[in-house]
Amino acid sequence: MSQGATEHVPQDSAPTAEPFRNISAAERQWMDNTLAPTLAKSPERPIGADSGINRNPDGTARFTTISGVPVERLYTPADLPADWEEHPEKYLGAPGQPPYTRGIYATGYRGKLWTMRQFSGFATPEETNRRYKYLLQQGGSGLSVAFDLPTLMGYDSDHANSEGEVGKCGVAIDSLEDMEILFSGIDLEKTTVSMTINSPASVLWAMYLVVAEQQGADWKKISGTLQNDILKEYIAQKEYIYPPAPSMRLVIDTFEFSSLFTPRFNPISISGYHIREAGATALQELAFTIYDGVEYVEWALRRGLDVDDFAPRLSFFFNSHNDFFEEIAKFRASRKIWYRLMTERFHAKQARSQWMRFHTQTAGVSLTAQQPMNNIARVAIQALAAVLGGTQSLHTDSYDEALALPTEEAARIALRTQQILAYESGVAHTVDPLGGSYFVENLTLKMEQGAFAYFDKLDAMGGMVHAIQQGFPQKELAESSYQYARAVEAREKLIVGVNDFVVEETPQEILYIGETVRESQTEKLKRLRARRSQAEVTRTLGALRQAAAHEPQAEKGKISDANTMPYILECVRAYATVGEICEALRDVYGTYEESIWT
Amino acid sequence: MIIDSGVKPKNEFPIRVLVAKPGLDGHDRGAKVIARALRDAGMEVIYTGLRQTPEMIVNASIQEDVQCIGLSILSGAHNAIVPRLMALLKERGADDILVVLGGTIPAQDIDFLKQQGVAAIFGPGTPLETTVEFIRAHVKPRGLAA
Repeated sequence: MSQGATEHVPQDSAPTAEPFRNISAAERQWMDNTLAPTLAKSPERPIGADSGINRNPDGTARFTTISGVPVERLYTPADLPADWEEHPEKYLGAPGQPPYTRGIYATGYRGKLWTMRQFSGFATPEETNRRYKYLLQQGGSGLSVAFDLPTLMGYDSDHANSEGEVGKCGVAIDSLEDMEILFSGIDLEKTTVSMTINSPASVLWAMYLVVAEQQGADWKKISGTLQNDILKEYIAQKEYIYPPAPSMRLVIDTFEFSSLFTPRFNPISISGYHIREAGATALQELAFTIYDGVEYVEWALRRGLDVDDFAPRLSFFFNSHNDFFEEIAKFRASRKIWYRLMTERFHAKQARSQWMRFHTQTAGVSLTAQQPMNNIARVAIQALAAVLGGTQSLHTDSYDEALALPTEEAARIALRTQQILAYESGVAHTVDPLGGSYFVENLTLKMEQGAFAYFDKLDAMGGMVHAIQQGFPQKELAESSYQYARAVEAREKLIVGVNDFVVEETPQEILYIGETVRESQTEKLKRLRARRSQAEVTRTLGALRQAAAHEPQAEKGKISDANTMPYILECVRAYATVGEICEALRDVYGTYEESIWT
Repeated sequence: MIIDSGVKPKNEFPIRVLVAKPGLDGHDRGAKVIARALRDAGMEVIYTGLRQTPEMIVNASIQEDVQCIGLSILSGAHNAIVPRLMALLKERGADDILVVLGGTIPAQDIDFLKQQGVAAIFGPGTPLETTVEFIRAHVKPRGLAA
């Protein structure tokens, strides 16, 4: 579908007609006596250009969220279902009670603040280790590892495809040796660590587990999160290696392994973040992410796992974008939707299985390279939305991230922003402070309805893997991102410093990473390959290939014979590299290339 | 006075552009948006998909007889990719193809990349129209002898 700049349509398939609206006599009187004369005297004016998405067919101003969803002038009880007052338990529940709209904990943040978890990683493991110690010393409460592109794609630093990429977008990790350096001096039993790694997730996780073991940490006590969400890679971020089916099998291997051996570790972080960054609307982010969750549960059940054995450790990861109330509604709706799915669709019995627990990161895509200091304000607003939405942990972006990886100063301001919210603003004092707001509740309900409408569509396609193979979510995202780009181009959506309030600027100081990281990692690899037992590497990789070729089947309380995790752990202990282990799996599974959807 | 004959001028030679995403990075939002914007502006656009090597990009550009290559690089790999691509274009006698670059490029790398022959670098926030106009103004017209 091709559209000119002046012919925008709302992008979301959320029902836009007001299903509840039953205007009271008082509201009618207000409309006639107060509103009408005001509008006659001074008509409403759109924010941004008076064209396209900002105009109703009758020429009056139209207001929409950043996702293109129309927003009304005023919300009243008429915008809520008729039985709202009578049956709050159906819509809201109390905090800590189904359907968890108001949060999964009865006391909100009063018992425990959100975890301030700043994502970072760059250059060599040595340099990143120093940054981690700095962040912890500054009051950060968890770590989050960013890996470089060769690691994400399962190549060693000395591979031809890694040229120019080593240590650029994250830290370069080639072998267990690098992981030992990365966490040297950091107690893994006491520090929760999140690792943003997907296709090679089980390999990096195995390295982490071995380092923990070397430190003497108890696997039953270590906690953290593996991103390990391959579906959103096919949909959005595109860092995939193998085709969907074997990729899903590797994910389910980690579910099974973690339920037995690392009960406090989240084996997956089902991520909407990247889906949003790739151009999704808030509703598309919510719907595709939660439906990815459904797909993982379906695959795990097919393996023979019991839903209550693994569901308590499924965690989620959302984006917090600029549109404040839309984001809060998205977060609140996510808890209710997951509760409904886990009870109605999967019949999970444990409360923990029904809890939507999520991490949030402020929207990298909303940061501007122009007047970058303005991003500090954007991040603060987005972080506030995440907190009012009840996030369990939060990463705040650094103001210079549209230009490069953050400098130490920028990373500190980002962390301080969270600390100001937590310790100065008072927003953590009460649970779900926006609960009962007519506007927020209406948006929350619409998010839920819109998400279930998407679920029906995705079910009809035969699930997310099939939908991905048909390019459905990819095309939805491409369409939304193009519509938004057009709206920005037409100045119908304003970005301060970019398409309005522009000034002349000089380039600012950034973190610059040169080509030396590749050289030093290559040197290290050469020494490692000379030092380790090649026979042991060959043997363990061979055993992994064999396991990978077999279909695992779960038995209660026992790990599947062909589960790849124990074999990967053996490879890692023999100091096989990320590239070698992924290559062994490439031998068995082949690689994936997507059809081109534009 | 201009009289509209109702006959649109025949655009015999629409500008042909190859939009390419080299390197390991998979963030293709920008590449896809720009591909569509150029298409909406009347150009013929070939999008290569992800993880194209400089060799693949140069081969495709020659085969498709494009006048412009638009590279999208966000990962920081530009200093490795661009010189290889420019050298290959020269080697194949195709250095009349206009090369433009979009993405996250540190200011200190811009001079180097321009010396290599990149005609323009479009950073985050560049209006779509700026890129369209630049390509229109700088491509070598098709159908003319070199």
